[in-house]
Order: sequence, then structure tokens, then C-alpha cells
Amino acid sequence: MEIKKSAIAGTLESSDAQVVVDPGENGIELTIQSSVINQFGPQIKAVVLETLQRLGVTSGKIAIVDRGALDCTIKARVECAVYRSNDQVDNLPWGGAIQ
Amino acid sequence: MINRAGREIPDELLEKYGKEGYQGMNYRDSSSYKKAAPVVRATVDPKRSKMVSSIREALEKCGIRDGMTLSFHHHFRDGDYIVNMVMEEVAAMGIQDITICASSLGAAHDPVADMIEEGIVTGIQSSGVRGRIGEAISYGKLKTPAIIRSHGGRVRAIEEGDVHIDIAFIGAPTSDEYGNARGVGGKSDCGVLSYSMVDAQYADKVVVITDCLVPFPNMPASISMVDVDYVCVVDAIGNPAKIVSNVIRMTKDVREQMMAEYCTQLIAESPYFKDGFSFQTGAGGASLAVNMMLRPILEEKGITMSFAIGGITKPMCDLLDDGFVKCIVDAQAFDMGSIESIKHNPNHYEISTSQYANPMNKGAFVNKLDFVILGALEVDVDFNCNVVVGSDGIVRGAPGGHPDTAAGSKCSIIVAPLVRGRIPTICTRCTSVTTPGEAVDIVVTEYGIAINPLRADLLEAYKDSSLPIRTIEELRDEAYRITGAPRPIEFEDQIVGIIESRDGTIMDVIRKIKEVTI
Repeated sequence: MEIKKSAIAGTLESSDAQVVVDPGENGIELTIQSSVINQFGPQIKAVVLETLQRLGVTSGKIAIVDRGALDCTIKARVECAVYRSNDQVDNLPWGGAIQ
Repeated sequence: MINRAGREIPDELLEKYGKEGYQGMNYRDSSSYKKAAPVVRATVDPKRSKMVSSIREALEKCGIRDGMTLSFHHHFRDGDYIVNMVMEEVAAMGIQDITICASSLGAAHDPVADMIEEGIVTGIQSSGVRGRIGEAISYGKLKTPAIIRSHGGRVRAIEEGDVHIDIAFIGAPTSDEYGNARGVGGKSDCGVLSYSMVDAQYADKVVVITDCLVPFPNMPASISMVDVDYVCVVDAIGNPAKIVSNVIRMTKDVREQMMAEYCTQLIAESPYFKDGFSFQTGAGGASLAVNMMLRPILEEKGITMSFAIGGITKPMCDLLDDGFVKCIVDAQAFDMGSIESIKHNPNHYEISTSQYANPMNKGAFVNKLDFVILGALEVDVDFNCNVVVGSDGIVRGAPGGHPDTAAGSKCSIIVAPLVRGRIPTICTRCTSVTTPGEAVDIVVTEYGIAINPLRADLLEAYKDSSLPIRTIEELRDEAYRITGAPRPIEFEDQIVGIIESRDGTIMDVIRKIKEVTI
């Protein structure tokens, strides 16, 4: 998939993460801010990159502000932001690209 | 060396401070020492007044100079004005290199963080550090390592002379012109002045600061005129709204309620639950709920407590009023209800922090405690507890009476959720150790309960219990399954804090936090 326009998913509540995606030409440009960066920074990065790869996103700006979300939440927020950037809000591939 | 809690304490540090690493809970039992003593300036002339017109005058008369140690108490909690009021004046006088020896420091004292950066404050010794001061310590801004002690350990350090207080500032809700000070009355009522009693007896100079001067004699006095050099009247010593919590309600958090139910059942099934048992709870949601859940069981079985101790809240005072507790011994009042109780109920007593928890006096109340309910930021698989350093490596907590009551009591119970946000509470190795595992008997989470294998008697006592008893490793695995295994935090070599065991040996060191880039 392609990040076609700016889109957002998630909140800044505790145990959630806010994901903002923007179109970009230079591969994946990822920034992560997290309240648990010292303990889970690399883990968060790995989950985001793996999710983007599964969605087939190869280029774009992804900014995560994490408030201690679990992996499942981070995945869901990334998936949601990417589909919103494509204006796809139904016929979602549950169990396929979305896991 | 590696100490008995499994923590590495650099030999150079032990040498520099003339200390030993932690060697076990009762290592210093029966050891003798000679107490430190203050320099006393006598008041012989009955015409000489102790009144000073300002903090500045008090500082000048006490001979404030660079390098001194000033002490404070935290009975006004987040409503305290005293520390900032005194330190602003110290800064205005151009004084440098001050060590603050406080019973605790909190968010109310954020301005001290700037004074750390400016070198006005170069030492912190406290039983709690939160807010910006904690950050300043963790990022290595303080010139000397902060020394963190339990409430009992602080009294010990002062009495043994590990720290000598040059000037003690004691905020007092009421005082007379000769320095008889009380924790009750006035407009900034805090109930008791327990933490400052040792300061009054061991500091060279003692300044009572009050916003309510009362006629002589102000009796019964918590702080006696025999120890007080000067009395200063100011407009306000604290913000009453932040000194006490108004009404503490029963928690509505189902997770806390569930843990409280487990905890109550544990106590009720315990071999120590019999007439005359003693008890301490904190002011946290789950501990308070235990207080309330115990009542019908006490009623049904006809059991009364001999004493309740600690930070006191209204639910405990209600038990006293209704005859379920014979007496309350109080070292800190948390809410309006407990302050009212100490004023009116003759079986509600103010005690000193030495009576409460000092391990090196001739016997403290904690040694007579059956149950204590405590919290923790982290508990590791050796049952070590961390209540001082956040899982991100930043100092943001208070040992308070945690290590004292855990070591003294027959059954210490830690109540904590399995995970907080993404942080597992039950972990393989604590970021830092405050209370050693050998003092921790039972850990209660919403996912199950773990009993310390060192307590074979307790394992036996609960073997037929319907409670969900599991191993601490099972709880840790459950936590990691939810959050993923956390990476160990990275630290620099610089030591920014020392966690002292209650007996003065070194429990752990805190190192400067390393910024992570990913």
C-alpha cells in the first residue's frame, strides 16, 4: 500500500499510541516518542516496521507518540492510520493484511 | 562487592563513605554505638526572647554559611511552603553548597531543582524524592550522590551521626513564643510532628516556623522548648488544601478491589489473624479497601486489633471509634478524619519516627507489627522490591516506612497490579532494590498471589486455600506475556544516588540515566 495523504489514528491516553502518517518519497521515515522508550524502544520500532511491511508500505513518514501501548495496540493504530490515508474504511482485509 | 540483596556496590564508594554493603536484615542486631549530640547554646537569661522577625533573621542568628546541612519535615506533604521559603532566603543571601536533609521531598519543592543546577544545593538526603528534584538527581546534576533512607533509617543516620544537622527548620501548625510546638490547631493542621522530633533533638540550631502563635505554654508539645533556639511567625506555612486529603473514598477500580479482596482473605486465613493482632496499611486504593473489608470479619469473629500504626486515615480511626482497634500510634496523618481523631480520641497517640521504625534504638513499634500492606513499583523474582526508581531509571519515589515495616512485621504483603501500562511490576530483576526480598513475605496481584519460598510456614498455612497461589516466576511470565520482556535500562557509570538500608549498610546505588536512541 501507499500512504496517499496525511492520516491519524489513536490517542494520547495512557496505554495507547497516536500514529500520524504522511506521504514521503525517501523510504520509511520513522520517529518514535515513548514513555517506555528505555525499556521497549527497539521492540516498538520492530513492531511498527513489521506492520508496515505486512501492509506493503515502503515509503512515507510515520510518527508515533506512545504512552505505554501494548504491541497489539501499536499494530492496530498503525494499520488504521495507513488505511485511513487511503480513505479505506470498509472492506478491510481482516485476518489478511490486518492481523 | 555484591551485597546480600545481589546488588553490586563499588568498593571505592564503600571506602569513601566508611560503609559496608547490605549483609542481611538482622546483621547489626545487638551492636552498640555511641549517639551523636548537638551543640547547645543555653538560654539562661529569662529575659532573652526567642522570637525573630523573619526567616532571614533566623538564618543570620543561626550563623548560616556555605556547606551547611539544613533539615525539614514533610508533614505538610504537597502543601508545604517551608522548604521553598527557607531555601529562597538562603539563595538570596548568596549561600552555596547546602545539603538538604529532609524526611521527604515532593513536587511542592520543584524550585529546589533549579538550586541544584546553580550549586546552591549540592546534597540531598531524603526518604522520598519526586518531581523535578528526582529528574535533576537522575540526570547527574546534583554534585554529590543523593542519599535515600527509610523513615527509620533517617532517624538512625541522625542519631548515629552519619549526618549532622546544622539548622533544623520545623514548620508547626501552632507554637508559643518559647518554641513549644504542636501538630494540631491553627490553620495548617497536620495532626502530628513525628518526623521532626529527631531533628529537634540532634540539630545544633532549631527554628520553629509557625503561622499561628498561641499563648505560652502550648501543651502537650510535640516539639519542646528545651530544644528550640528561635521562633519565627510567617503568614502561611502551607496550603491546607494540599496538606491533607479531604475525604478518602472506597476505590471504584475493580482491579484494586479484586486485589483488596485477595489481601483480606489472606489476612483472615493467616496464622497471625487472632485477637490482639497489629496492622499497618498505607493510603493507596487497595490498602484502604482492605481496611474496610476487614471490618465485617473482625465483627463476625469477635477479634480486635491491639494497635494500628503508620500513616493514618479515617477508615482506621473509624475502627478505633467502634472498638475494633485498641489504640492507634500515629507517625503521619493523611486526612482530615485522622487529624480530628488525634485531637479527640485519647487512644490515638502521636509517636516519634524513632518509636515508629528506627532499627538502631532499643526497640521500635515495627518490631511488634503482625501485618503490613505495602505497594511497590517493581517486585523481582527474588521478592526484592523497588519503590524509589521508576522503571525508566528516574528517581520518583519514597521508601518511607517500606523497608522498616517489611523487616519488622511478621507478615509483609505487597499489593501491586501485575502490569502498569506497559511496565511489568513483577520482573526478573528490579531496576533498583529498596526493600530486600528476605523482608517480603507475600505478593498480591490481580493475576494471583506469590508467597516467598523463604516462608515455608506461610506456604504450609495456605496450602489448602482457595486463593490463586502461584509462584513468583509464574506471575513474572504472565506479565511478560502481556507486555513483552523489557530491555534492561542502560545507565552511565556515574553514581547519582545511594540507597541505604535501614541499618546504614548500602542496599543499592543509582546510576545516571543514559539517553536511549533507537
